Amino acid sequence: MTALARYRIILPVVSLAVLLAATFYMQPRAMSYFGLNLLFNLAVPIALATIAQMMVIMVNDIDLSLGTFVSLVACITATFLHDTPLLGAAMLLALILSYAALGALIHTLELPAIVVTLGMSFVWGGLALFILPSPGGTSPVWLRTLMTVKPPFVPMAVVASVIIAAVTHLLVIRSGIGTVLRGVGGNARSVARAGWPLVRLKALAYGLCGLFGVLAGMALVGLTTSADANIALRYTLLSIAGVILGGGEFIGGKVSPTGAVIGALTLTLAASFLSFMRLSPDWQIGAQGAILILVLTARLIFSRKGSVA
Amino acid sequence: MTISKMLLGAAGLAMAAGLAQAGSHLADTSGKRIALSNNYAGNSWRQAMLETYQGTASEAVSAGIVAAADAYTTSENQATEQAAQIQNMILQGYDAIILNAASPTALNGAVKEACDAGVTVVSFDGIVTEPCAWRIAVDFAAMGKEEVDYLATRLPDGGKLLEIRGLAGVFVDDEISKGIHEGVAEHSQFEIVGSVHGDWAQDVAQKAVAGILPSLPDIVGVVTQGGDGYGAAQAFKAAGRPTPLIVLGNRQDELKWWAEQRDANGYETLSLSIAPGVASLAFWVAQQILAGEEVPKDLTVPFLKITQDTLDASLASTPEGSVANVTYTLEDAQKVIAEAK
Repeated sequence: MTALARYRIILPVVSLAVLLAATFYMQPRAMSYFGLNLLFNLAVPIALATIAQMMVIMVNDIDLSLGTFVSLVACITATFLHDTPLLGAAMLLALILSYAALGALIHTLELPAIVVTLGMSFVWGGLALFILPSPGGTSPVWLRTLMTVKPPFVPMAVVASVIIAAVTHLLVIRSGIGTVLRGVGGNARSVARAGWPLVRLKALAYGLCGLFGVLAGMALVGLTTSADANIALRYTLLSIAGVILGGGEFIGGKVSPTGAVIGALTLTLAASFLSFMRLSPDWQIGAQGAILILVLTARLIFSRKGSVA
Repeated sequence: MTISKMLLGAAGLAMAAGLAQAGSHLADTSGKRIALSNNYAGNSWRQAMLETYQGTASEAVSAGIVAAADAYTTSENQATEQAAQIQNMILQGYDAIILNAASPTALNGAVKEACDAGVTVVSFDGIVTEPCAWRIAVDFAAMGKEEVDYLATRLPDGGKLLEIRGLAGVFVDDEISKGIHEGVAEHSQFEIVGSVHGDWAQDVAQKAVAGILPSLPDIVGVVTQGGDGYGAAQAFKAAGRPTPLIVLGNRQDELKWWAEQRDANGYETLSLSIAPGVASLAFWVAQQILAGEEVPKDLTVPFLKITQDTLDASLASTPEGSVANVTYTLEDAQKVIAEAK
């Protein structure tokens, strides 16, 4: 088991390092403060969305509405949070609470999360179109400043990724409540028998997902400076792929926050790498999929060996 | 050869180069690299656009006008993907980026970053609102209005119209529709009695029109957005209703149908759309900016109109399954720039 746990984080790190080395070889200009920031700054919102998805996967569910949810947050951030900060913040808070309520609902009524979140994706998408029927809006100035900050030596994108990974690692792996939450994914019944209220735990996990989804949407607007009702639709699948690529599993509460962040970086880098390779766009999606399958196959081989040993 | 002689020679060379430049007042762009960032390639219009760009670009490269002019298309039609693509282009060291944007606003962050890195950004067709970029826009509202103006000349008595719209939520759809409604407000003899979304595709338009037709009174004209006229005609035929005056959108199947109808019963109409060759115009505008020409940030490109007289020539020059096109030259670009000044 120790070997397996170790492999779980080694593989994402190795895949990122290999890809990074290949990218630097193809495009030496990327090997600079400026270059690293350009390569990775759009990975920051994806990393946050991946963490959000991880919170739900941690309790054995899956969230198919994350992309539209992040889009909705982006629309609110670029309109209400900019024009009337208090109202905007209240709306974002309400969104987080509704996510928590959704978790409670899914648990109490024993509904399949995949169906509920698929349904909610249309609600979020509709609300986003309602708030911002045509693309526009403006990023709050403080948010833009935050996302374009230039810390000494290490670019913002890298600093942000490290902070996200560290905070969520403390929250999910180190803290007591994080352990219990992972326990819900591992064996919900024994957690319940130990006296924990499952409804509240599920609501907490979904609430955390909502929180990180909101952060993802805000970070995205800080980068793009304005929003679009369809801005983050790809995040649903990217976030799921990121969690799995980072060593997480769909069931059993086996997740790795650090891995998830690295997974998100790897996915972003893979797209840039393929574009530097001048691969025809018709092949790019396929190639991205091939990279994903390659990493997962490697993981399977490693984990089999790990469990044998 | 002494050092002073070498210096003298170098100074002479520099002066000569300076004089040559002063003569044309434009800088040499033979070392510059231009990239096309495109968000979608899944229809005949975009395919024709990419082909025209490739043609213009490879000619310019082999003539030594620019060093490179590569085309990139995102694998998915998403603003976040295209933002990443633009950032990659900055890294690759391009001097100018020509952009057909997935969203008018969601790429502004990446475009600003390109401008800050000293890259010239020229957006066309799908334009961006970031002030540091150039925009080559089509007056889509004027295009919609022109359709109704044309109908007014052909049908002075007016009547009931059917409107076929494009893809919901897209800026172009809103603009053309706005123009059509402005035109109808001006020519009060017309009334729009039905409106469907044809998504700029013949099959979708045919289904949508077939669905709404039974509930409609006699229709005298159909106002469209391009790519939907042939489907509308098929729907009218299938319903056994007389073919109204359908304004077309330059697609080859539409033009072919028009020619057939004209030969059979003297059918007359108008076809107009934006030419995919606008990508070549954007290329030349970018080249002019790199050469140091003063170019206003907002340029307008005329739309391509096909009338009864030019139908045969246009149909002959349009490949099957494609869309009528023109390739813009450097002179065209200079004319557009001069007009905007």
